[in-house]
Amino acid sequence: MFGRKREDTAKEPEARASFFRRLGSRLNRGSAWLGLDLATLLGGRRVDSEILAELEARLLTADVGVEATEHILADLGTRVARQELADAGALSGALRTAVTEILEPCAQPLVIDPERRPFVILVVGVNGSGKTTTIGKIAQRLAQEGASVMLAAGDTFRAAAIEQLGVWAERTGSALIAQQAGADPGAVVFDAVQAARSRGIEVLLADTAGRLHSQSHLMEELKKVKRVIRRVDPTAPHEVLLVLDANQGQNALAQALQFHEAIGVTGLALTKLDGTAKGGIVVAIARKLRLPIRFVGVGEQAEDFGEFDAGAFAAALVEGAGAAGLAS
Amino acid sequence: MFDTLTQRLTRAVNSLRGRGRITEENVSEILREVRVALLEADVALPVIKGFVDSVKAQALGTEVAASLTPGQAFIGILHKELVALMGGARAGFSLRAEPPLIVLLAGLQGSGKTTTAAKLARWLIERQARKRVLLASTDVRRPAAMLQLERLAGQVGAEYFPADSGTAPADIARAAAQQARRGVFDVLIVDTAGRLHVDEAMMQEVREIDSAAEPVERLFVVDAMAGQDAVNAARAFSGALDLTGIILTKADGDARGGAALSVRAITGQPIVFLGVGEKPEALEPFDPERMASRILGMGDVVALVEQVQREVDTDEAERLARKVATGKGFDLTDLRGQLEQLQRMGGLGALLDKLPATAAQQAVSPDQGDLQVRRQIAIINSMTPRERRQPGIIDGSRRRRIARGSGVQVQDVNRLLKQYLEMQRVMKSMKGGRLRRMMGALKGKMPPD
Repeated sequence: MFGRKREDTAKEPEARASFFRRLGSRLNRGSAWLGLDLATLLGGRRVDSEILAELEARLLTADVGVEATEHILADLGTRVARQELADAGALSGALRTAVTEILEPCAQPLVIDPERRPFVILVVGVNGSGKTTTIGKIAQRLAQEGASVMLAAGDTFRAAAIEQLGVWAERTGSALIAQQAGADPGAVVFDAVQAARSRGIEVLLADTAGRLHSQSHLMEELKKVKRVIRRVDPTAPHEVLLVLDANQGQNALAQALQFHEAIGVTGLALTKLDGTAKGGIVVAIARKLRLPIRFVGVGEQAEDFGEFDAGAFAAALVEGAGAAGLAS
Repeated sequence: MFDTLTQRLTRAVNSLRGRGRITEENVSEILREVRVALLEADVALPVIKGFVDSVKAQALGTEVAASLTPGQAFIGILHKELVALMGGARAGFSLRAEPPLIVLLAGLQGSGKTTTAAKLARWLIERQARKRVLLASTDVRRPAAMLQLERLAGQVGAEYFPADSGTAPADIARAAAQQARRGVFDVLIVDTAGRLHVDEAMMQEVREIDSAAEPVERLFVVDAMAGQDAVNAARAFSGALDLTGIILTKADGDARGGAALSVRAITGQPIVFLGVGEKPEALEPFDPERMASRILGMGDVVALVEQVQREVDTDEAERLARKVATGKGFDLTDLRGQLEQLQRMGGLGALLDKLPATAAQQAVSPDQGDLQVRRQIAIINSMTPRERRQPGIIDGSRRRRIARGSGVQVQDVNRLLKQYLEMQRVMKSMKGGRLRRMMGALKGKMPPD
């Protein structure tokens, strides 16, 4: 699933299609969202401003946020007024298009440049967003594709975080660089980059402690980790991956903004999309920051983790599982 | 960036000021702002609807006292409604149950259950004199989750119930409860694996853990940053377990914490505690009055004072107070200590969050202020111990050296020294009761209950 420069970017349409079928079904688990009961909502009624108000409520309930919702509905409202969107099909189609248009520029898979060895991925995020699990899943995928992987236990703060990453290293056959709890995270990552370089490792995934974006001293620590990596390899980190929990609301936008401001986020991973949370905040983030969305996680299994596809995501969000096949 | 809820409501109510009275017309304008503000604060839409309706009914029906401006009257109504929605009164925690008090923690993945278990244990041990607290983990899924709780137990002085990750979670819970009874423990806290509310198998598992442990308190742990879906999760957990309370975690961030409002409204259970930091002591009893005041831009002066008390080393503070009282011996090392304390409290940004919106707006930008603080610490660090004790000896040549050493301009060093002299002058003039009177004046600015 990872793009490789100068290699055949042989995509596996079948695997992708099945991932998005899973995405579609997971996103609509529990209470139905837009797609499933859009028909009920319309129920043969004409599309009018009342229905738009209901759509607004639904977008807001999906955590899309006030600003992005207003943006989407402003355009739909104009078209409804011009009577261009008379039936349910046309309205949901227009909604899907509007969401896709916002997400499309952000659907950029992670490209691992083989020239960069090790290709350093620094994984950051607030507490409990799913950083370590995401690292485990990425490592698993990379290992399946035959890449050599090393994990760096940069979370030296939380109790047993090192051991948690160690379990993932064992499961995925990755190398692990760790120091004792309480060690300087910069030093751990520095060691790891050097070790990865001397062992010829292809991809280094560096874990970091969860931190709230509003805590300036912890953001400073992160900046230092980045500076330290640069001392070994001025081109690294090659990816700064911010992990966002789909259950989070509008604060995720503040997280993205502040992590980006502090260390320059180059990609997002959206986790825990398998609940009833719709992850609509990703639409707001895409609109505001245009950061590449690299991965989405829809479950605990390794195969419940894939690349982000704007059209399929919008379809899954708006129309439910049936439309997800469009991905292939 | 979005404005904070505080700023937004302040602006909305300000637009009402000067109109004389609350009318059907101008109230709906404000309620729209309130609705948007609450949405941006992640309060769930159905909860907002009910809230806005009851605020409107009250606002229109209430006689606005002649002495009050309509804005103040409106803030009063909002405050009262928010308090009512979040609990109405201080929430309790059943400490009077016959020991062992068994507590079950449940919630989504990453909400902070394990950290909260340790914080709760520490709170019970240190604040409530429950000497023997047993911690048990039934999280057989997340790698090293059990080890995490074991380590945390050691940190907070609780005992850990050792279990094997091959054992069924309900069996672990049952054995831990037996151990708690046999071992004459005061409290048993049962941690559970994070689970999705739509995962039927996992929800069944937590029900089994519940009936095996027979807890008195079943607490739902929810992230203060949670979005609209928090209501669905809360409803499902509330359906599976007979919840007795809520713990709101990660409340030290800048999330507006709308989840607190929603989850409270959906489950009907009180929010018992707030998690306000990563350390085991960062747990505060939830106070709806304070939370409502903070939401409404009245600031959280009480929390600020409590935080200062918690972070400031009391011996150090007393030593300093003596120096301040006499105006003698306050040197640059003391100044550095003060600056470092400011940093420990999360920097100016964290402190400004707790001040009323209008006061916070007038203050310096927190980032610039924090940079300034860091710089000043660096300057003091570049001095010799003798220079810190006797700043008088710092001449031009020393100033240049200090500036080079700390990477600042000579002017910055000058400014710091001038500030220090100014502080010393103020301290000398401020003997005894002055400081206490100032604190008294500050208290007077706190929101009325």
